[in-house]
Amino acid sequence: MNDILGLVALACGIIVGLGAIGASIGIALMGGKFLEASARQPELMNELQTKMFILAGLIDAAFLIGVAIALLFAFANPFAATLLANLPK
Amino acid sequence: MAAEGSGPSSSEYITHHLQHLQKDFSFNSVKQKDIVDFSLFNFDSLVFSTLLGILAVFLLWRGARAATSGVPGRWQAAVEMLFELVDNQAKSVIRNEASRRFVGPLALVAFIWIFLMNFMDMVPVDFLPQIWHTAGPALGFSDYLRVVPTADLSTTLGMSTFVLLVCLYYNVKIKGLGGWGHELISAPFGSHPVLWPFNFLMQIIEFVAKTVSHGMRLFGNMFAGELVFMLIALMGGAWALSATGMSMAMGHVIAGSIWTLFHVLVIVLQAFIFMMLTLIYIGQAHDQH
Repeated sequence: MNDILGLVALACGIIVGLGAIGASIGIALMGGKFLEASARQPELMNELQTKMFILAGLIDAAFLIGVAIALLFAFANPFAATLLANLPK
Repeated sequence: MAAEGSGPSSSEYITHHLQHLQKDFSFNSVKQKDIVDFSLFNFDSLVFSTLLGILAVFLLWRGARAATSGVPGRWQAAVEMLFELVDNQAKSVIRNEASRRFVGPLALVAFIWIFLMNFMDMVPVDFLPQIWHTAGPALGFSDYLRVVPTADLSTTLGMSTFVLLVCLYYNVKIKGLGGWGHELISAPFGSHPVLWPFNFLMQIIEFVAKTVSHGMRLFGNMFAGELVFMLIALMGGAWALSATGMSMAMGHVIAGSIWTLFHVLVIVLQAFIFMMLTLIYIGQAHDQH
């Protein structure tokens, strides 16, 4: 039982951590390119900004879904009931 | 955390707050057992989303009724700006004038409706459930209430499925049944008969992936937001139950403020993204290959 709970805790950490790495790389690449592009052509800045926010939302979504799943497992593990019911007495 | 044994533990609190008020079709209170269960519906999401939809339509209707061609009032100006925003996006994605007459308003309503549903996250997380805690059982309902309709997978997948149906409709309408059928079996790789099954498989995967990710994205963001608000509320709860350590109360206020500010961005952005993707998917249905 303790082993399983420990593994779930580790899994939650990995979900959030790897998701954060991916989302950060994505946002960083896009933000950098946005700054470069708007330094080259400042008149396109407003147009690009809307698109950047859309993409930021898309990149963020995968990470936030991961966070939600990790938090769900950390606080209200849906498998715990089955696990407790099937524990050898 | 439940020092006096009176309050629920943190895990019980979260589990309780993540339970929908569920009814089956003869209006008995039930609890969902399987992940997919078509014999019940989430009554709370249904009621809140309907009310917010009516509110959205009413607000727009009032703006339209009071519209003048002279100097616009503040509300009219706001609605006009919103309308122009959506209209410009629709024009850039959908070239067909006739379908824009239907899809433009659809996108506008989707944007405002989803924004209002997401906005329920900004209502203090325990405010309505606490009222329901006394009002619900008195009216004969179970003591469960989730106030954010978009944090319910049924709502978001329902909306994305509707977008899929609109896409299928426009595929047939623009290209004709034969043209669309030809595209289904020859689109990504080419029209050689050997490639037909692979093309068809790719098309089906594309439709399914689009629809599922469309709904899951909104759901995931709102669900995460709601859950974090609950966890922040737990900090205040821990302070109230144990009556020790002001740091918990301070943490509640600080973390709550920061997450609210970030979440204001997220709810607008997700509503906007849902609208944009609706337009883009329907625009793709107009493309001829």
